Amino acid sequence: MNILVCITHVPDTTSRIAFTNNDTEFDKNGVQFIIGPYDDYALARAVELKEQNGGKITVLNVGEADSDPTIRKALAIGADEAIRVNAFPSDSFFVANQIAAIAKDGNYDLILMGRESIDFNGGMVHGMVGELLGLPSFSPVMQLEIEGTSAKITREIEGGKEKLEVTLPFVAGCQEPIAEWKIPNMRGIMSARSKPLNVVEPTDTTTHSEISSYELPPAKGAVKMVDADNVEELVDLLKNEAKVI
Amino acid sequence: MSVLVFIETEEGKIKKSSREAISYGAALGEVTALALGTVGTEELNTAGANGATKVLHVSDERLNAGLIQPYAEVLASAANHTGAEIIVTAKSSLADAVVGRVAAKLGASLVSNVVSLPDTSNGFQVKRSIYTGKAFANVSLTTDKKVLAIKKNAVEIKQDGGNAGVEAFDVNLEDNLFGAKITSTEKAEGDILLPEADIVVSGGRGLKGPENWGVIEDLAKTLGAATGCSKPVSDMDWRPHHEHVGQTGVKVSPTLYIAVGISGAIQHLAGVNSSKYIVVINKDEEAPFFKAADYGIVGDAFEVLPKLNEALKKALA
Repeated sequence: MNILVCITHVPDTTSRIAFTNNDTEFDKNGVQFIIGPYDDYALARAVELKEQNGGKITVLNVGEADSDPTIRKALAIGADEAIRVNAFPSDSFFVANQIAAIAKDGNYDLILMGRESIDFNGGMVHGMVGELLGLPSFSPVMQLEIEGTSAKITREIEGGKEKLEVTLPFVAGCQEPIAEWKIPNMRGIMSARSKPLNVVEPTDTTTHSEISSYELPPAKGAVKMVDADNVEELVDLLKNEAKVI
Repeated sequence: MSVLVFIETEEGKIKKSSREAISYGAALGEVTALALGTVGTEELNTAGANGATKVLHVSDERLNAGLIQPYAEVLASAANHTGAEIIVTAKSSLADAVVGRVAAKLGASLVSNVVSLPDTSNGFQVKRSIYTGKAFANVSLTTDKKVLAIKKNAVEIKQDGGNAGVEAFDVNLEDNLFGAKITSTEKAEGDILLPEADIVVSGGRGLKGPENWGVIEDLAKTLGAATGCSKPVSDMDWRPHHEHVGQTGVKVSPTLYIAVGISGAIQHLAGVNSSKYIVVINKDEEAPFFKAADYGIVGDAFEVLPKLNEALKKALA
């Protein structure tokens, strides 16, 4: 089983979000970067599938050199080798195009990634990659079982879930509870240092959009506290001040 | 400008978020809406009030379930048929899976989580939510065809449009697009869908167990609200995963979010920070959630909620 896992290199979920250079760049100062939490689920499931079926896991990141520690962590968790397409991930089409270009030659049985990145939350790359490769794509996938050349998938839908039977190969955008996040052990960390991380240049630099500026939402006003014995006051505030009921 | 809007239906009704998408499209140009699978013509007619001039209906029964590849094929065909320059959809679990394919088919630019009408004074620029609601980006779309996925509850629904004519639209869908077989569907019926809801009442670990969810459900019923929960509650299987609100669950943007017994971890806040008003009820006055709230009550959920429910019933009667 040959699995490609696409990972993003994103600010930790607890990061303070700020912008710099006249609000045209994300301020990385003091920010811890991690494997995208959804991608981390995809990677964890890939490791389990490899344990069951044998095979190889390749992680792929579209990013600049500062992604390398994040990629090494994915290798420590259990990927066998890594590819980094050396470019700033400008928009979802650009990223999907790079992934498709790598995947075309890789003969992968499965292409896994998170349902969305937690920086831009677009949730569009898996579908684009599927279309560019002429493969089916599914998202958000919360269960994935492989039996030979077919797979059983559970996909979350609004208000519930659906089960599907599909044939390999395909692209899946993953989310919990597909697997538990894996923490790298010492042996994994040691071996990750010697696993191959191949840096390649992008083949096509087409983008479909450009970000001109960033902004933060207006600051929230102070909370109004209401006494627990006076819930009528809360009802009055909701009705006459907020006008939401 | 010719606009195509993808309509999603739920139990035979046009989803509220699709009415928002139609209203958004109507502000840009002439809207043709597209509906797939079995839906009544009368229901589709009502898209007119929201601003659609025409509804194309692909009544193929194979499309009654939301299938990703066939849906993408139909959307792209309809876009080519109508010559649409802009394709608008609500951002949803299904649309996310479908429209990336549509954009790739059409060579269109795609922006998701859009919260504003475009500024066309210099190109075509929209504002989108990023970092799970913690910031916004102003994005220019640089291709001729554009796909916009609109964040839920970001657009006011237009009600004063005319009547939409419904036309049958046939697309030849090859069998190989139906390779994925849906074997079962589990769905809570009759409930208000969490991502669509105007009001959400969520419970956390402070409720101590799934058997105590009655107080949440009673309050939700009074308010016509959907119910949600925190990640630990969903992880412990007290509530189903599709109710989990937060960074790795559902992101909601209701007008009113009521959090009960939820401390307010940053990952939970990421799922609710687009709410217009937030009420926090927690017995711990140090709960970080209070800092993100508009109104707060320090108190025991099992004492406060029944009283609040009675007071609301009286006020809404």
